[in-house]
Amino acid sequence: MLDFSVLTNNMDDYLEGFKYTIYASLLGLAGSFVLGTLIAVFRISPFAALRGFGTAYVEFFRNIPLLLVVYLFYLGLPTAGIQLDGFQAGTLGLTIYTSSFIAEAIRAGIQSVPAGQMEAARSSGLTYLQAMRHVILPQAVRIVIPPISNQFLNLVKNSSILGVVAGLDLMYFADQVNLNTFLPVETYLFTGAFYLILTFPLAYATRVLERKLARAG
Amino acid sequence: MKKNRLWGAGASLLLAVALVVSGCGAKNDNNGDGSASNGSAGGTEATGVIKDIKDRGKLIVGVKYDTKLFGLKDTASGNVEGFDIDISKAIAKKIFGDESKIELKEVTSKTRIQMLDNGDIDLIVATMTITDERKKQVDFSDVYFKAGQSLLVKQGSPITGLKDVTKDTKVLGVKGATSIKNIEDKVPGLRVLQFENYQEAFTALKAGKGDTLTTDNAILYGMAKQDPGYTVVGGTFTDEPYGIAAKKGNADLLALVNETLKEMKDSGEYATIYEKWIGEKPPTE
Repeated sequence: MLDFSVLTNNMDDYLEGFKYTIYASLLGLAGSFVLGTLIAVFRISPFAALRGFGTAYVEFFRNIPLLLVVYLFYLGLPTAGIQLDGFQAGTLGLTIYTSSFIAEAIRAGIQSVPAGQMEAARSSGLTYLQAMRHVILPQAVRIVIPPISNQFLNLVKNSSILGVVAGLDLMYFADQVNLNTFLPVETYLFTGAFYLILTFPLAYATRVLERKLARAG
Repeated sequence: MKKNRLWGAGASLLLAVALVVSGCGAKNDNNGDGSASNGSAGGTEATGVIKDIKDRGKLIVGVKYDTKLFGLKDTASGNVEGFDIDISKAIAKKIFGDESKIELKEVTSKTRIQMLDNGDIDLIVATMTITDERKKQVDFSDVYFKAGQSLLVKQGSPITGLKDVTKDTKVLGVKGATSIKNIEDKVPGLRVLQFENYQEAFTALKAGKGDTLTTDNAILYGMAKQDPGYTVVGGTFTDEPYGIAAKKGNADLLALVNETLKEMKDSGEYATIYEKWIGEKPPTE
């Protein structure tokens, strides 16, 4: 039987960590979506310099391990005189890492709308931005929701990286609970349950959104 | 499909639990055997153990091969070197008049008492803290290194000891170490930032993530040696002295060890060895 005293005796630690995991997730979700959209726009921009920057950004951050991205901000930035604590560096690394995947999902979504749509919109008198706003993006949104919701779920789970840089998150405290109780199975099962509290509603919300948009189309 | 996967996960979990449980069981059995043989053989070997060593022509000492400053195998030369080794050599010199009449055997914290009980080694000189629990299993010499928890700081840090640590000081440590609890008990309200291992904690200290790193001074001295920009301050605020262990009942061997330690301290040889490895003068008694 599961020893629930692991949970009840260490509730303070669990909740403290859960709080920071929620903070990191919310900041990460908002930040990576905004940043990812911006980079996606760069990636398909008519300006070569912006395209180049967008491509370099995506290929750099999505092709190195998340841990290294976090180390870059935690241990690398101090050499440039910028001191971030574990929570800040972890959340920033998580946001930037995830934004590179989101940028790719959005770019692919936009580019999957047939080029004829843009040409038709432009020839009917819309500017590039108007065509994007009223013709291309509404179609792209439906395509990008599933891959983006995957990235959002990954982001919440990947926030456990904060534990490595003393980011005070759920995983950081779970390790301490484990070392206090010597009951790893219970400790980490309950930790998993806390992550599910975040990821289940998130998965459900995106599925509802997906269905709603499918109907609207 | 989903159900199958769930069963698979359950089965692997069970397997893992079974492995852990059986592993623990086996270890306990070994310990049981060890202490039993100790009890029966201890009486007969109590006398003449020094004679046995002399007849054999060498002293066999159990030392660590993986511990910086105390007992570390140099991968290039194959030599084992450190504070513990130099102390061991001094004991061999006391017995034979020749410090080379010694054989070093690698021990770990888990194996050392077992090896002593089996007669594989005559003495343990392996960063072994004298505790009441261990005194039931082995006999200890006088303290040969005053180990204890201390603080590592950057050279020139305003922190000069535990008295300068407040609840707002950023203290770094390693997950699961008793040193975390020790310092949090001594400084109410303090929350230590914890890392996976000492290397990561030291890296974080160097990156400016904390004001001080706390753990056993033996480990901190190793870090200070690795990077002279850092120094150990304030002495020790816990008491975990290292002793040399011999099999229960070997009083004459331990008397000889204690005599050696005293002579080394009087002659200044102890201070020389201490400074050579630890990088500073030994604390005054």
